[in-house]
Amino acid sequence: MDYKVKIEQFEGPLDLLLYLIKKDEINIYDIPIAKITQQYLDYIRVLELLNLELAGEFLVMASTLMRIKARMLLPSQGDEIEEEDDPRRELIQQLLEYQKFKEAAGRLETMEYQRRLLFVRPDTQDGESVIEVEYAYNLFELIAAFKKVLEKAQVRYLEIRPEEISLEEKIEMLKTRIDSAAVLSFEDLFEPGATRIDLIVTFLALLEILRLGFAVVRQTRSFGEIWIHRRTADEGDVGPGERDGEN
Amino acid sequence: MEEVKRIVEALLFACPDPLSVERIVAIVPGVEWDQVIAATAALRDDYAQETRSFQLVEVGGGYQLTTKPDYSVWVDKLLETASKARLSRAALETLAVVAYKQPVLRSAIEAVRGVNVDGVLRTLMERNLVRIVGRGEGPGRPLLFGTTKDFLMQFGINRLSDLPKVEEIDELVGEKPGVPLVPPPEPPSQEYAGHGETQ
Repeated sequence: MDYKVKIEQFEGPLDLLLYLIKKDEINIYDIPIAKITQQYLDYIRVLELLNLELAGEFLVMASTLMRIKARMLLPSQGDEIEEEDDPRRELIQQLLEYQKFKEAAGRLETMEYQRRLLFVRPDTQDGESVIEVEYAYNLFELIAAFKKVLEKAQVRYLEIRPEEISLEEKIEMLKTRIDSAAVLSFEDLFEPGATRIDLIVTFLALLEILRLGFAVVRQTRSFGEIWIHRRTADEGDVGPGERDGEN
Repeated sequence: MEEVKRIVEALLFACPDPLSVERIVAIVPGVEWDQVIAATAALRDDYAQETRSFQLVEVGGGYQLTTKPDYSVWVDKLLETASKARLSRAALETLAVVAYKQPVLRSAIEAVRGVNVDGVLRTLMERNLVRIVGRGEGPGRPLLFGTTKDFLMQFGINRLSDLPKVEEIDELVGEKPGVPLVPPPEPPSQEYAGHGETQ
């Protein structure tokens, strides 16, 4: 496959782990390592399937998890191993530390948002070129939803099609659809009976559209249904959803 | 007193950037530090009245007049502010680590975030939110990073010590009850406060 989508602001392995922990309401101090490792690897597999440029850190974490898992299985043999010498200890500490800063980042975001509502005179804040566009969505949520789509579409016989739609074409098609519909549910993006490669291209097209800022993703609640909204011309950032109190 | 208040008001009105007390004292002959502070306090109270659409805020180590948030919709229309580029999550997280831990090495930021932060740091520096503040000890004398005055201004912070306390953040996170296996990690250092000056 010759496409490669690069997502620079890809949240790291710690973010993925935290996501999995929250999703299953797991006690962070007592992580079921085998289960989490399995889920983590599942996600990595989807990421690889999408041919996303996977940061090396994700694989390092995968091996860390497997190492911890192995150590948990081993009966603690040996002399100086103490009660406190939980193989998960270091990871937990890292997760807690990371979580703290993730939260701090959220606070900063709010502060910046509030400050943006204040204007000074004379206003000379022009010319700031757009360097980076926000991803107003959580990538992992999207991947989780995409996993569901993939599972639903489960294995059928290999279809051979004379031509596949290119990513560029798909992006244009999706843009048109989002444009005319204004709001689409995530699952509606994927045509029933589409081939696996179709699904993947569609998903990649969606990521690209979001990156370019043509649409935004909204969710009425965490892990709830995902909606794709057309971004209106003057809508700079993601305000609260129109109908639903979003989190 | 009334006169000082009006002078301060005129200065604030004319100045787009935060104006520090030092600056005002230097400009107005014979005026005392606490007179200025009293004047700004009085002005703040005046503006807080509902009859006013602007207010006095303390940001980046100085005072500044801004419109009140209730009127942002209209001012936005006037200025036709292009949809502003907001910081990505990765950028915000990196910025948070820098803000709380500064002066901080890149390796320390990476240890927290678990990913390479080269690109994000560059972006933050391009946006003038983060700067190099010095070099650390050790082989290669690695660079130390800190936040800029622009960071304070863009986030509506007066000084670094005004950043939300990490304990508050911990409360927000709502840690699951239960006996912790490990002691909570030590809070990021807040000691590097008061270095607002850029460049």
